[in-house]
Amino acid sequence: MLYSEKVMDHFMHPRNVGIIENADGVGEVGNAKCGDIMKIYLKIENDIISEVKFETFGCGSAIASSSMATEMIKGKPISEALSLTNKAVAEALDGLPPHKMHCSVLAEEAVKSAVEDYYKRNGINYDKSKFPDCESCDYCSEGKCK
Amino acid sequence: MKIYADNAATTKLSRVSKEAMLPYFDTIYGNPSSLYSAGQEAAEAINRARQIIAKKLNCEPREIYFTSGGSEADNQAIISAAQIGARQNKRHIVSTAFEHHAVLHILEKLKKQGYEITLLDVHENGIVMPDEVAAAIRDDTCLVTVMYANNEIGTIQPIAEIGAICGAKGVLFHTDAVQAAGHVYIDVKAQHIDMLSLSAHKFHGPKGAGVLYAKKGIFLTNIIEGGAQERGKRGGTENVPAIMGMAAAFEEACAKIDGNTQKLTALRDKITEGLLKIPHSVLNGDSARRLPGNVNVCFEGIEGESLLLYLDAQGIMASSGSACTSGSLDPSHVLLAIGRPHEIAHGSLRLSLSEENTHEEAEYITEKVAEVVEHLRSMSPVWRDLKEGKKSYVIQ
Repeated sequence: MLYSEKVMDHFMHPRNVGIIENADGVGEVGNAKCGDIMKIYLKIENDIISEVKFETFGCGSAIASSSMATEMIKGKPISEALSLTNKAVAEALDGLPPHKMHCSVLAEEAVKSAVEDYYKRNGINYDKSKFPDCESCDYCSEGKCK
Repeated sequence: MKIYADNAATTKLSRVSKEAMLPYFDTIYGNPSSLYSAGQEAAEAINRARQIIAKKLNCEPREIYFTSGGSEADNQAIISAAQIGARQNKRHIVSTAFEHHAVLHILEKLKKQGYEITLLDVHENGIVMPDEVAAAIRDDTCLVTVMYANNEIGTIQPIAEIGAICGAKGVLFHTDAVQAAGHVYIDVKAQHIDMLSLSAHKFHGPKGAGVLYAKKGIFLTNIIEGGAQERGKRGGTENVPAIMGMAAAFEEACAKIDGNTQKLTALRDKITEGLLKIPHSVLNGDSARRLPGNVNVCFEGIEGESLLLYLDAQGIMASSGSACTSGSLDPSHVLLAIGRPHEIAHGSLRLSLSEENTHEEAEYITEKVAEVVEHLRSMSPVWRDLKEGKKSYVIQ
């Protein structure tokens, strides 16, 4: 099989699918041209992620990575969500095939991007260097999505 | 329910083909190059296979070269034509943008060696225009290679017209007929085909066997050097069981062309009609000039690999031109060649049918695809933006 049982479980039964009306932070990463878009919605109360939802256009591992990432940050403080790495997402899924690792990168970036949106909306100062920019993505550096 | 709908990838070995192979594993197992009777029996067997295939293609047995499959035949045909061209100082090749990679990658290699390659447009319907072939041929053109039927969208090319043009201009014409052989009638003489590739496992024969037909007088370049097999043009002990299975499968498939065309066309059109009822979906390739068993549809707002995985969970085996299924970043070059944008090409589904598929299965496929597309759209941010009017639909 291409995917682990865990990936298939999160793909066939994704957790936290949907949107949050009046979300406190929304992050969207990826590009339809490349075949993956992830959008994460956060509800934040007292620096805790009280609710999280996602929508994903993408392959099985993209959907599973989004599902797992949302499970991993739900109910956690923002600081913990920001320390979520793509590696941790992939490990929690019992691994991803090498050419699918970018799906876990997208999940990490979608979480960060949603938190960044929350900071921006609330005028909270943050260290920009700790957040992904478009140029850090492999697709962009290879000019694939332009 | 388990439904195999990926016959363009490979087919189930037919009973006839399997039985034709069996004696050559452990009874008539001699090497065809050996002089004793067990070897000569094998040699006679592959000569019978050569005659069967030649008859069905309307050529001479000596014009049939056994290979390991379609890719090897494509490689040998193109490399041979390029070498013949080089000796006459002709280094221009005409082909199309949606050939199989077995053709495209060899052409890219030749380009690096100084050949000029013209890739013709295949238009939105996925069909090459013969007058554009004629216009592309130059004094230094050494080869025109155009596939008989496309492997993804199944469109059938005007091979006889292209062949006649090449014949009149004195340019070699090769066709990759891997998807067409055994499914549509081929007559290399009537269609002015100089070289043709086919592969056994696409018509219910075994994997690992193929044919390069090369018209008498065309000097072939060896890809595999070795013994004197295949008139010295392809070294290596012949894959006797597979060759026997291929000839039996080809004879059987050719005898069934009329019946299968009728049956598969009805199934194909039924599924296509059902799938096109899904909003914002589009058929890829001409609706009539295509292989009887090929359905290829794009659905806006979803990605093909996830569609395939959900269909597999429902027992349906199919394929997609999504980048995710290929391991590369780009979606199918075929869908891009017919003008589908990247984001639409990612959402494609190919169903390729065989005579074993039924009307009941066609109904099940249509129903399940509609359900899965709806489910995937319900979790797609792209679909939400389209639905809420933030972006406009590409497929109306």
